[in-house]
Amino acid sequence: MTINQIQDELIEDFSFYQDWMEKYEYIIQLGKEVPLIKEEYKKDDYIIKGCQSKVWLYPELRDGKVYFTADSDAIITKGLVSLMVKVLSGHTPQEIAQADLYFIDEIGLKEHLSPTRANGLLSMVKQMKLYAVALQMRD
Amino acid sequence: MRTFDIEQIRADFPILGREVNGKPLVYFDNGATTQKPKQVIDAITRYYADMNSNVHRGVHYLSQISTDAFEVTRRKVQAFIHAKHEHEIIITKGTTEAINIVASCYGRAFINAEDEIIISAMEHHSNIVPWQMLCDEKGCKLRVIPMNDRGELDIEAYKSLFSERTKLVSFTYVSNALGTVNPVKEMIDIAHEHSVPVLVDGAQAIQHVAIDVQAVDVDFFAFSGHKMYGPTGVGVLYGKEELLNKMPPYQGGGDMIKDVTFEKTTYNELPFKFEAGTPNIEAGICLGDAIDYIESIGLEAIKAYEDELLAYATSRLSEIDGIRFIGTAAHKSSVISFVVDGVHPYDIGVILDKLGVAVRTGHHCAQPVMNAFDIPGTVRVSLAMYNTKEEVDILREGLQRALRMLV
Repeated sequence: MTINQIQDELIEDFSFYQDWMEKYEYIIQLGKEVPLIKEEYKKDDYIIKGCQSKVWLYPELRDGKVYFTADSDAIITKGLVSLMVKVLSGHTPQEIAQADLYFIDEIGLKEHLSPTRANGLLSMVKQMKLYAVALQMRD
Repeated sequence: MRTFDIEQIRADFPILGREVNGKPLVYFDNGATTQKPKQVIDAITRYYADMNSNVHRGVHYLSQISTDAFEVTRRKVQAFIHAKHEHEIIITKGTTEAINIVASCYGRAFINAEDEIIISAMEHHSNIVPWQMLCDEKGCKLRVIPMNDRGELDIEAYKSLFSERTKLVSFTYVSNALGTVNPVKEMIDIAHEHSVPVLVDGAQAIQHVAIDVQAVDVDFFAFSGHKMYGPTGVGVLYGKEELLNKMPPYQGGGDMIKDVTFEKTTYNELPFKFEAGTPNIEAGICLGDAIDYIESIGLEAIKAYEDELLAYATSRLSEIDGIRFIGTAAHKSSVISFVVDGVHPYDIGVILDKLGVAVRTGHHCAQPVMNAFDIPGTVRVSLAMYNTKEEVDILREGLQRALRMLV
């Protein structure tokens, strides 16, 4: 699936949840499904700055595609990073770098994109795109 | 003075009537900033509608009445903290600037290489970093008063920190992260036995406990307007006249000078020597209205009410499984910091926000405190005079709901 197809699917998934509580329960559930970062990479080099909770994110290039693994010590943040991994993992660096992540607004998480938000969703997006660009150059 | 009528007090704060995320706002982040009563909000509007003009400058009418109003606040602050002279009240941007003035001016003049400054283990970053910057510049050293696992300072250890080289002590009256009320008078007396001056950070005390700077004989006292129901961007540095006179000015500019030629400038007298540039006039004036508001209710009555609310909240929250209070000092004021085992404070904060309950999560600008307890942060509930037991119950229910989702 393309990045946009995944986004559209998530938008549809979230449309079933009218209530914020169900939405957050779903985000928490998604957190449990995140491909976990290896313990050896859970160090400062792979921490995303700008989060009140800790978020670790590790990129890997396989067959021209970037795969992310991640973790967080807060479970809502883990759900948010899981969402991002779901959308961006498994695509080419170029696709990731150019992705327009409209789903964040559509599923009602826009408030998390403000630069002052402590969960750093914005920092996650920036970092994932930066990794993609860096891997593309190395490639 | 009016009687302590909680309904009437709540009616004074317009923001308490609004909803957040479809729920009535429950505001428990008063340690970060308090809400403002309409008496203060109206005064801000009145200032701009009726008297806006620069202070200490013009001969014209508006400049005179705004200057008068600004100086009335200075006298109100003087009376509020029982300072001997009104020129001992320096109007600043806030607590942080007040501490920085002392670090820069007193530090620059009287603290040298190898000298020592004593602070405590429970300081806000604002009372750590200015001293570290001074130490980097001058080669002086920080000594830190340790605390026990209840979050109380070790007074015996404090006594043993003094040496010939101790030049200043700076500590907080009330801990913003733990709620601990430190034995200010006792600690100042100990420093004075060594002839060492003391700065007390009163940011979390000024709105909760009565302060008499002469009775406790504190040398410098700092606090912010926005944490005492007043406007943002204004605060106070109280300093003893003798010390302030000995200190060089902070910043150069307008208002702090007497005469300027290209050869030499002579500085203005206290308090203007430390008030370079146009101040936040509206905030300075309306800080006086915040003091009026507090005094119309009475700090004694406010303290009694808040202490009862603190006891109630502590008791209700302690019923929650897995909760661990961070900061359990015998003397506390208005702050409950806690963690729930296995749950990140941030997650709790997000869910409570969705329920209309505003708390602070994180390290509260006191990372060394969090490190001492070996936690990433806490959930902090900080009370003000307008909070109620019903709000505590909403918090407790919200917390239980959050934990059902998160555990």
